[in-house]
Amino acid sequence: MRYLLLIHTNPENWATLSEAEAGAMYGEYTAFTQRIVDSGEFVSGDPLQGPDTATVVRVRDGARSTTDGPYVETKEHLAGYYVIDCAGLDRALAIAAEIPDARFAGVEVRPLADMTMPS
Amino acid sequence: MFRAESARVLGALMRRFGNLDLAEDAFQDACVAAVETWPRDGTPINPGAWLTTVAGNRALDRIRRESARLPKEVEASGLRAGWGRRPASALETIDPLASADEREGLDSGAPLADDQLRLVFLCCHPALAPQVQVALTLRTVGGLTTTEIARAYLVPESTMAQRLVRARRKIVLAGIPFRLPEGDELAERTAAVLSVVYLIFNEGYAASGTDTVVRRDLCVEAVRLSSLLEQLLPDVAEVLGLRALLLLHDARRAARVDSAGRLVPLDEQDRAQWGSAQIARGVALVERALRLGPVGPYQVQASIAALHAEAESSATTDWAQIVELYGLLAHLAPGPLVTLNRAVAVAMWDGPAAGLSLLDELSASGELAGHHRLPSARAQLLEQLGRTGDAVAAYDEALALVDNAPERDYLTTRRARLLSR
Repeated sequence: MRYLLLIHTNPENWATLSEAEAGAMYGEYTAFTQRIVDSGEFVSGDPLQGPDTATVVRVRDGARSTTDGPYVETKEHLAGYYVIDCAGLDRALAIAAEIPDARFAGVEVRPLADMTMPS
Repeated sequence: MFRAESARVLGALMRRFGNLDLAEDAFQDACVAAVETWPRDGTPINPGAWLTTVAGNRALDRIRRESARLPKEVEASGLRAGWGRRPASALETIDPLASADEREGLDSGAPLADDQLRLVFLCCHPALAPQVQVALTLRTVGGLTTTEIARAYLVPESTMAQRLVRARRKIVLAGIPFRLPEGDELAERTAAVLSVVYLIFNEGYAASGTDTVVRRDLCVEAVRLSSLLEQLLPDVAEVLGLRALLLLHDARRAARVDSAGRLVPLDEQDRAQWGSAQIARGVALVERALRLGPVGPYQVQASIAALHAEAESSATTDWAQIVELYGLLAHLAPGPLVTLNRAVAVAMWDGPAAGLSLLDELSASGELAGHHRLPSARAQLLEQLGRTGDAVAAYDEALALVDNAPERDYLTTRRARLLSR
């Protein structure tokens, strides 16, 4: 079963980290990603640029409008994601708990809606 | 009538079909069939096995009907209700329409108890909100109707039905697995199950006097659930501890309320009304739990309840040991209510002044602000110390905070009695 792991971050937390601590966090991310690649559960995943780089597009009555900024302004923002394919929610929650940012803000686990034909 | 079979039948159906909605519907079908045929043909020797077999057949009928009704294109797009598909969490794919022989292979080697336990862990999964865990456990494991659960929790039936529908939907869509937790997970998940049963009992225990009978039935239900857990996890000390705690409290239930529905405090209860056989069972269980170890909060609370239950009066109660046990509880599961209960026990052991000074510390911490039990306990100690004016003020403070009718009546009576002296 496939899940989207949405990594929420409070930028203030990252700002308090020293260079060495931030380096260690990146190291943890690399090791975590490698573990789920090796277990065959990794589908895709990337960090995102900050919310100040976001643009929202809306189409109303056929007319397109764009606004600067993320869809929802919050203190925590979406900082990255993984898509994993694993045995079920218990395993997905265990994987999510290994993501370093789970210790600071939180990781939201969302099942992908299965639109494929059951085998 | 079929409540006792719910966990067993639904556990078996979940193993086979992996879908709680389907399992519940099929179980209902089987209960209807039983009501129709048992009076005529006699009750089967093994009602649980009969219900499981009939429910299994009805589930297959439902799957066949559902697949026949679905247009081909809907089926092809995968937008089916999910019937007949085990959650993807189950690594093996099972065709529910497979022949009996094929299914047999699946069923063998899986004791019934494990399926019931899987069902319990499913209902108490931390991905569901605590109130949802409670409702789903009562419905699925306890076999209560949605109407009964709604009445017990004083919510409209439609609200409760919605809550259950959403819970089952989340189980399917989020892939909450029908499995036994392993390793470190097991202790944590067991604690969650115990807390659900404890919550159910407390809800019923707090309901007294004018509250409806169905709320007090929650105590009976919680005791029954604890018995199921004892069968399923007989070697887990806290499981036995919780069961002992519930038995010991439940044994005193009748004496807690007088014929007019008024609360009777522990020291004024007619101890002859306590269920002595149930107390003996509770005491034996907590002793077994403590031998098993490791010690946990339910075992300590059960030990305290056992000391109360075995004493002939408040005066002959072993308060020294109760104070010590509350100290241990404060270490294992610290909380302001534990601090309060310990202070009350200290007052019984060492005099009201000693208890009062602990309560004053608790007041100063602000941890129980807004809870009527703190001013209520203070009022009673102030009363014993002869500080009538302060006691009345504390009763007034408690009365302003209390939200439960029997407790309010009790406090009003105490306050009036104090003023009339």
